[in-house]
Amino acid sequence: MDQVAIFAYQIGVSFGLFILVSLGLAVIFGMMRVINLAQGEFLMLGAYFCTIITQAGVSLWIAIFLSGLAVGLFGIIVERAIIQFLYGRIVDTLLATWGLSLFLVGGVTWVFGPQTESIASPLGSIPVGDYSVSQYSLVMIAFAVALLVATYCLWRFTRFGLVVRGTMQNANVSASLGINTSLIYMLTFGFGSMLTGIAGAVLVPVIGAYPTLGVAYIAKAFITVISGGQMALLGTISAAGLFGTIDGIVAYIGSSVIGEITVLFVAIILLRLLPLGITGKFKRGV
Amino acid sequence: MALKIFALDPPGTPPKWWWWLFVGTAAAALLLMPEYLELYVIIDLTSYFIFALLALSMSFLWGYLGILSFGQTAFFGLGGYGYTVLALNTGETTGSIFFALALPMLFSAIVGYFMIYGRISDIYLSVITLVVTLILEKGVRATSGDQYVIGSVRLNGQNGIPTVPALKIPWNTSVEFSFEGFFQLAVVLMVLVYVGLRMLLLTKYGRVLVSIRENERRTELLGYDARKYKLSAFVIAGGIAGLSGAMFAIWGPLAHPQMFGLGRAADVIIWVLIGGKATLIGPIAGAIGIEYLKVWLGTQGVGQVPFVLGLVLMVFVLLFQQGVLPSLGMVISYARQSLRRR
Amino acid sequence: MKLSRRQFFKAASGAVAFASLPHVLKRAGIAAEEPIRVGNILDQSGILNIYSLKQISAGAMAVDELNAAGGLLGRPVELLFYDSQSDGQFNTKYATQALLRDKVHVIHGGITSSSREVMRPAVRKFKGLLFYNSLYEGGVCDRRHVSTGMVPAQQLEPLVDHVVNNEGAKKGYILAADYNYGHITSKWMQKLIRDNGGEDLAVEFFPLDVSNFAPALSRIQAAKPDVVWSALVGGAHIAFYRQFESTIGKKNMMLASSTYGVGLEQTQLSADEGDGLILGTSFVDDLNTPAAKDFVSRFQAYTGDDGYVGEYGEYGERGIKIWAEAVRQAGSPEPDAVIDALSKGGVSVNGAGGTYTVDGKTNHTTMDIHIVRGNRNQGFDVISSFSQRPPKDTQQVCDLHANPDDTTQYEVEVK
Repeated sequence: MDQVAIFAYQIGVSFGLFILVSLGLAVIFGMMRVINLAQGEFLMLGAYFCTIITQAGVSLWIAIFLSGLAVGLFGIIVERAIIQFLYGRIVDTLLATWGLSLFLVGGVTWVFGPQTESIASPLGSIPVGDYSVSQYSLVMIAFAVALLVATYCLWRFTRFGLVVRGTMQNANVSASLGINTSLIYMLTFGFGSMLTGIAGAVLVPVIGAYPTLGVAYIAKAFITVISGGQMALLGTISAAGLFGTIDGIVAYIGSSVIGEITVLFVAIILLRLLPLGITGKFKRGV
Repeated sequence: MALKIFALDPPGTPPKWWWWLFVGTAAAALLLMPEYLELYVIIDLTSYFIFALLALSMSFLWGYLGILSFGQTAFFGLGGYGYTVLALNTGETTGSIFFALALPMLFSAIVGYFMIYGRISDIYLSVITLVVTLILEKGVRATSGDQYVIGSVRLNGQNGIPTVPALKIPWNTSVEFSFEGFFQLAVVLMVLVYVGLRMLLLTKYGRVLVSIRENERRTELLGYDARKYKLSAFVIAGGIAGLSGAMFAIWGPLAHPQMFGLGRAADVIIWVLIGGKATLIGPIAGAIGIEYLKVWLGTQGVGQVPFVLGLVLMVFVLLFQQGVLPSLGMVISYARQSLRRR
Repeated sequence: MKLSRRQFFKAASGAVAFASLPHVLKRAGIAAEEPIRVGNILDQSGILNIYSLKQISAGAMAVDELNAAGGLLGRPVELLFYDSQSDGQFNTKYATQALLRDKVHVIHGGITSSSREVMRPAVRKFKGLLFYNSLYEGGVCDRRHVSTGMVPAQQLEPLVDHVVNNEGAKKGYILAADYNYGHITSKWMQKLIRDNGGEDLAVEFFPLDVSNFAPALSRIQAAKPDVVWSALVGGAHIAFYRQFESTIGKKNMMLASSTYGVGLEQTQLSADEGDGLILGTSFVDDLNTPAAKDFVSRFQAYTGDDGYVGEYGEYGERGIKIWAEAVRQAGSPEPDAVIDALSKGGVSVNGAGGTYTVDGKTNHTTMDIHIVRGNRNQGFDVISSFSQRPPKDTQQVCDLHANPDDTTQYEVEVK
């Protein structure tokens, strides 16, 4: 029984991690088709922001949301300064955001130094039979699910969500209906950045904040979103579910490296079989 | 397109006499350098010329065929490790260089087949090549244990293999290349590959490649199997990158997982972008310039090299799309035209 | 690095050089003499600079103090800095540049084993001398290479003995960084645990960028060891200590390490996370000796930085002091003369962590080792000290007196 619970726990943690690091990208790349290679650095900025204000005495839970707002704001600045000139120029976007990524890694190293900044992990552990699991990782899974549901509801059930989906599907038609598409693009990019910022902040008590943190997660995020395919959210959930399960099991039985390599292999084979991703056969949507 | 006003290495147009004159003089001048320069400069320059090979493989693919392969470092690294492992096992270095050409070509044929015949869109191709090089890096980094041995060679994981054998002279295998000799070899290879690619682009094959860049579907309607052309070009580029990797490992002397890494992959793109991707000479200049900049920054105590490189990359993507040399060329031809008008 | 800008100047060669202020040299009466040049190749940028930055400052301080005290052989000492950017390619490049172009008399530098291994061929080719100031896996046998840091036999023997016999933690579970330091160190841990009558349950290796230890922590809980041994390295691995505390906790299971603290990990962790961790070290700021206290206060006064200095910071001064003593005994800064002086075995200095003596047969350093326990103030309490431990592992395989031309790195067979 313990074994089963621990397996489920490992898979849950992996799934939560995949969702957290790829949700923002699902919006920015999955919906907007902007290849943002600096997405990992948004995660890193969220982590740093959260660390700094928590060390200044703000409660972690408030800090997580403030970090989301701060990174969202930063995303809007980036959209205005760089991305808005590059819509439709996929390769240029990729290069410019890579430049941004290097720039941010270098800049943060310069300001904060290369060492890991961190805050203590809140909450303790709870026993599961002979084992104990950290409560905070359960919180992390809860955050992942909550963000997912919130995003889905926002897109599906609000007027704003409708406008965004319409704009992403056909910007010209939306514009002719009197929608300020430039504003919508900006806000959507900001929202995607915010999700990543929150994710970075949620991860801080587990992994800390260091300048190259984003690099470790960016490949994971892209693989998840690309494998997900056309329907950004649904695809991301199914891909995260698949990869989370594989990673959780293989990493527990073998080692974390074998887990990562297995996931990358599965992704490549998946893309060979389904070049448009898991939800490729569906129409575009959320 | 602005490029047509001034193109440095235009595909399909045979070079004029002054181009041959330029290449000939430049090659002769470079070959004579060891007579005049101090040894440490020669050793430094050697590495830049080796990087220039890697830059050439990238600009061939990206600038002329329109494929942005993030993973040229995968072939670069394979070339380095391929040479090192075989040369350490057999003691034979000339053959190992050819192996370092063949192994990445084989690998690029397999990877390329999957992607190009699977008709994966160009942007996914970029991402997949990136993932491939990351897998190789992670894989090689994880070989520190003493069970990871090929023949008699420990792969050594994270630490790399620091005992890469020096290249021996093919017709007299008891003599190793001197620093000067190795420098001249790097020059010769760079010039050969440059001239070779330039000539290749003159042929019908080269023209088809460029037409695929311009419009893949139209090219196929004309009866060319674009996949065949793309795959073969991908394999050629893989071979050049592998050769560059073997030379770099010898220069080190070090075969290291960093050869596959994101940092090196970023460097290649920056060289080519800054030098001007639709030229062959531009990326050579880009590689030499950027690498010199990095070494120089390292002795200036500035410390944060990525900060500067990232800034450079953003500025170039947003403002100087064509790269330095073509932009410069455009300014010159614009100035010439406005002078004439007067 | 918080050194005064004025002390740096652009050397004619283009490298950033460091020299003492003119009035210091003038007062010491050595301003007019030809300087002795020291190349310093460390990572000011990139992921490894957590180990380098304090070492750079400490090296500059040691040189400044040398100059103030009349220089070396009546000549001023000048430091040339090269930033190897945590990329092995630059280590080769700068080692060549330093020796050929800048004509340095000695190179101090290298953090990782790979950076050392790429510099050794260059140092050999151009007949230079390399001081490698870092703890490492042991076994390098090369007269042009001097190791001033700890090797496994020095550090682990007393540490394992203490943990297994005094603390009674017989069953160990080993986690190590996945490169040759981790692999060799874990073998030593296994051997020593068995020699002391303990049991090693499992060994696991982690690449340097792994920061999610949840699967490993579950496996540890399944194996139920008394103590977890860590030879984890670098920024990402710090996450382990945090996740260990929030999942298992040191009150339930002991944690011992060969690497904790050298990257100043304790300053990044909370009081709970750092409290109670046991390690072996040759220097911590909390050593209760006048020499250690004096070093820390000099360092803080010199840099204006009152943070923890730690083992790698102290290595910066240690390296310069040992080299300077060898130069004095040789009567010349030329590499070959210094190597001869070192091989006589009489080079010994009193540094911040006690007496350091270079063993002439191996060019490795005999030093004091301390078993310490992390406390709640981001520092360490000394449990016990072991005086003058020789680098036994390397001595078993290396004899530079018998084979002066040896350049191998031996991998110590652990059975």
